[in-house]
Amino acid sequence: MNTHLRFWLGAAALGLALVAGLRLLGNDYGYFAGYFVLQYVVLAGAWNILGGYAGYVNFGAAGFMAAGAYSAIVVRQWLGWDLIPGIFAAAFVAGLLGLGTGYLTLRLKGVYFSIATLCLAVVLQTLVVNWDYVGGSRGAYIIHARDIPPFNSYSEMLFIVMLALAIITTGIGRAVEMSRLGRGLQAIRDNERAAEAVGVPTLRLKLVATTLCGALMGVAGAPLPYYSGYLNPEAAFSLAYAVNAIAMPLIGGAGTWAGPVIGAVLLASLQQAATVTISSALNLWIVGWMLVIFVAVAPRGILGWFRRRA
Amino acid sequence: MSEVFFRAAGLGKRFGGFVALAEVDIELRAGERLGLIGPNGSGKSTFVNCISGDFGEHDGQVTLGGVALGGLKPHRRARLGMARTFQLPQPFNSLNVLENVRVPLLFAGHAAEATDRAMACLEQVEMADKARKLPKELTQVEQRRLELARAIALQPRLLIADEAMAGLSNTEVDQIIALLFKLNEAGAAVIMIEHIMRAVTAFSERLVVFVAGRKIADGPPRDVLALAEVEGAYLGKQ
Repeated sequence: MNTHLRFWLGAAALGLALVAGLRLLGNDYGYFAGYFVLQYVVLAGAWNILGGYAGYVNFGAAGFMAAGAYSAIVVRQWLGWDLIPGIFAAAFVAGLLGLGTGYLTLRLKGVYFSIATLCLAVVLQTLVVNWDYVGGSRGAYIIHARDIPPFNSYSEMLFIVMLALAIITTGIGRAVEMSRLGRGLQAIRDNERAAEAVGVPTLRLKLVATTLCGALMGVAGAPLPYYSGYLNPEAAFSLAYAVNAIAMPLIGGAGTWAGPVIGAVLLASLQQAATVTISSALNLWIVGWMLVIFVAVAPRGILGWFRRRA
Repeated sequence: MSEVFFRAAGLGKRFGGFVALAEVDIELRAGERLGLIGPNGSGKSTFVNCISGDFGEHDGQVTLGGVALGGLKPHRRARLGMARTFQLPQPFNSLNVLENVRVPLLFAGHAAEATDRAMACLEQVEMADKARKLPKELTQVEQRRLELARAIALQPRLLIADEAMAGLSNTEVDQIIALLFKLNEAGAAVIMIEHIMRAVTAFSERLVVFVAGRKIADGPPRDVLALAEVEGAYLGKQ
């Protein structure tokens, strides 16, 4: 069987099994926690396209995610559009933002690029805090229906939407990895000058990667206001997103399509468990320790560790 | 004699107040073997970086096959048939040898037959048996061969070998020279930049000498090496 078909069928089967399992559990918290994990699968997968393959570390994940979340709010306030069109709007806006950022900053290498992306998040946050239309620093409320047939509950619907987004993001990551684009990005990561010298259009590929990365991060953020019912800049631009977006692919195995999925499921589950059992303040503490341990023991992530032994 | 297909006219490059290259004119005929020599810091690498597009801004014009290259990025020049190797091998370290050679082919419109063509290039440099190895598992001379394989995957009309033999043993130098002859016979003009005089004289049909950013000699190797200025530049004036 075609490997692409096998991937999509496998992902769909896994998704259906997840939904069926959570329905059997019959508890809304399952969807809530599942959404939390899956949004990170999307975010980590998005980061991986630029950071994992091309080696450009984006510290601005929270900025792109918030751009997506606020795009969803804007199209709702302005045009009355709901979640799904909001996701498309978020992809468009955050994708453009990625393209623009890429164009302005890709001349910068290494840590300078990273700092520029960090600045982007700060600039955007300042903008949103002072933009009354989307609630400014007070935040914005989104009131949604409690039930939304044919789904059992609104949380189930959100979970299924995020599940679909996670599968699509992972599929895109996998397609990038197996394509010419992925090879070109890897060549850029290894040696940008040599890549250019053998005919790789480095600037164009990097722009494709920043656009794709930005769009998918925006997509990860679009359902956020619907998920929490209320969004303020502090929550949307949370440091946790920026840190997790980097830590998860690194821990799972950056530069592989499955790495971000493994890292996100592992770290987000741990954080969710800690939130419920101990305290949510512990989340970044856990991420920090995990990063330290992995950098020392398995610098190429879980997948890299297994491949080395294989 | 075949006609001129590469021309650098009035080439110059400054770094602040330092003139690295000034008023250099070099023409090359199709399939020609040119040796480029000069003391350290004489502008050889600056010349390569200018014509390959690494330095976007410079004085003068460069044309390849009638196309003016001004403003073109290195990857556009590569696709027009200009390939180079680097002084220090610059492999894609996370990709194996075969994938290293496939990269240029993927972006040159040969995606479908990239693997076959890459293997053919590796066979040309006698590296087919190393196809699955990672660059870091290769010896120095093998890394140089990989550089050449990646360059010839572009089917270049002009190959610039920038100190492709530095640090190699005598036998290894001979192997690389033989390889460059083979590539030249296949149709590529070669600019060899080298400090190993034995290699330059064995290979070149014509010799250009740079001193302090200027071209001071251009002609048949025997004549050029007999010039007093060249001797002076290399051995010091009496």
